[in-house]
Amino acid sequence: MAVVETRGLKKHFNDVKAVDGVDLTIQEGEFLVLLGPSGCGKTTTMRMIAGLEKPTHGEIYIGGRKVNDLPPRARKVAMVFQSYALYPHMTVYNNIGFPLKAEKLDKNAIQRKVEWAAAMFNIGHLLRRKPRQLSGGERQRVALARAVVREPDVFLLDEPLSNLDAKLRAMARDELKQFQRQLGVTTLYVTHDQIEAMGMGDRVAVMSGGQVRQLGTPQELYRSPADTFVATFLGSPPMNLVEKDTCILGFHPEHILPADVHREARDPLHIAFQVTRVEYLGSERFLYGLVDSSKGQTKIVTTIPSIVTLPIEAGRTYDFVVDRHDLSFFDKKTELRITPVPFAEEPSSVGG
Amino acid sequence: MSAPSVPQSSQVIEETPRTYWLDSERFLSIVMLSPAAVYVLLLVGIPFVLAILFAFSDVTVGDPTLDHFTLDTFQRVLTDPNFQRALSNNVVFTLISQAIMVVLANVLAVALTRNFPGKWFVRFLILLPWATPIAIGAIGWLWMFDSVYSPIDWIFRNLGLLKQIGVTGQVGILKNATNMYWLGEPGLAMFSVILVQIWRMLPMSTVIIMAGLTSISPDIRDAVQIDGVGWWREWREVTLPLLRPILLVAMLFGIIFTFTDMTVVYVLTRGGPPPNTTQVLASWAFIKGIQSGNLSEGAATVMFMLPVLLGVALVMLRIARRTEVS
Repeated sequence: MAVVETRGLKKHFNDVKAVDGVDLTIQEGEFLVLLGPSGCGKTTTMRMIAGLEKPTHGEIYIGGRKVNDLPPRARKVAMVFQSYALYPHMTVYNNIGFPLKAEKLDKNAIQRKVEWAAAMFNIGHLLRRKPRQLSGGERQRVALARAVVREPDVFLLDEPLSNLDAKLRAMARDELKQFQRQLGVTTLYVTHDQIEAMGMGDRVAVMSGGQVRQLGTPQELYRSPADTFVATFLGSPPMNLVEKDTCILGFHPEHILPADVHREARDPLHIAFQVTRVEYLGSERFLYGLVDSSKGQTKIVTTIPSIVTLPIEAGRTYDFVVDRHDLSFFDKKTELRITPVPFAEEPSSVGG
Repeated sequence: MSAPSVPQSSQVIEETPRTYWLDSERFLSIVMLSPAAVYVLLLVGIPFVLAILFAFSDVTVGDPTLDHFTLDTFQRVLTDPNFQRALSNNVVFTLISQAIMVVLANVLAVALTRNFPGKWFVRFLILLPWATPIAIGAIGWLWMFDSVYSPIDWIFRNLGLLKQIGVTGQVGILKNATNMYWLGEPGLAMFSVILVQIWRMLPMSTVIIMAGLTSISPDIRDAVQIDGVGWWREWREVTLPLLRPILLVAMLFGIIFTFTDMTVVYVLTRGGPPPNTTQVLASWAFIKGIQSGNLSEGAATVMFMLPVLLGVALVMLRIARRTEVS
């Protein structure tokens, strides 16, 4: 267990600034998620921490020790790859035991540890098989067991769930989080899936363009995104952004409701919402439509829980309400979060 | 998902559409395959059958009638010391050159898959021998091994390994003479033949192994680094096992080309020196069967390649089938 810290970490591939100044501190035992779209530099950041990539600039500390010049094996990190990277010609037993052989442990110790790791992930019965005889979920468990078996100081997980099907993924997410708690190992988890990030991370760092845009708990990120990029990257569907005068207003789809339903709003802002399409998704309804903005009309999405049975039809305009406390404000130029700006409510032309 | 529905035509077409014989797969397959089949039959099949028939007869250029079946030819061939030497040379040349080549090709392939400045140029140079016709390459080497003007000897003289011309009192470290006479002594001549065989086969083996190396996923390489094994263990326990199938292919090609080759020996040494010490089956069969006109003995000599080639062919077919299945 160790604190992992990066200071001014940069990686430039010729002209491409893959990582451009990342300062991160992962606390002892913390589960930190690096979240971002592909090409944002999250994997490169992780690979530099692992020692697979040399930083162009900046320092990396693991457990207070500068590790820039140490090879991966000396950093006491374990990594799980997106493809799992199991050795195809080795049995599951040998795959898990391989890092231990590298540490020159004796046979009995290796066997004890392999069996311990295999039991932890419920793959004791698969030890004699080869990777190609395993299902995706089983392979992922073998990869995790191989990472755990060395009892590393730091876990580095590079999209370990993205090759699983959706159903398995939800289960694996839960299990993974439990193992991490149980072992208490400092963990860095890279993903482009915001649901994984929100669901598993103690804290989440949202990356874009080689830089960390925002670092915080999932709640902080969701409630008060630092800029419009973070705002539109989180949530499904993401935050609606509507231009008003000098600023951009942001509100989550579930925060805008029909005026008749949203009575408890302390400081209601009425918005005329012209519905163009209704999607029934069982537990909720997605409404797509247009609202007025400084740019004319802007497309937004709202989600209405199924307990609201109010009939809503496409092609009509309704009176919707957002509580002003639920609004985020962004500067139009910098797109950064700003303090709320008072503005007048436009007379809404409601025809519903 | 529902299957796309067949469009319903409103009127039933009564007349049957005309069929052309080019539409018939049966006909087309015969037409397409026949050139290859004819080629294989005429230029491989018939000579092969003839060779077997010749080997069990006593035909010569002067008496080419297949009039009686005999095993005497084999007996004569087998008891000939020159044949015995050729057979053992074949095995020795093939084994030594393949062993050295596999090691060198691996080293080269690993080096050439790394990044370094001027990589493409080095790759180009290493692949060059493959693009050269064997006979021309062998003639080039004949000059390199020249008894008087060999550039290798020139280098050796300047390194002090050989005696300088016209300098008295100086002793060559390697040999107390001004020239090595590469093709003039049995041991050196064999060494030269093996060297040229390696030079010739190295590019292809390197390319095959390079293809194998690049097919190992970079994630596996990263995993090895994270798991923290040294390069020797990585090579022995990860790279080599993953490379094994393709390494086998490279070796099989090498064995076929080296075992059946006569060009290198024929151009460099004509089987000498002294006569017939560097002879191989192919060159000996050529000398016996074509140059001396003893067709039956030439054919019988060549028959001794058959077991090796048959074995290699079977292994190849097995590999081909396995890759087809998986």
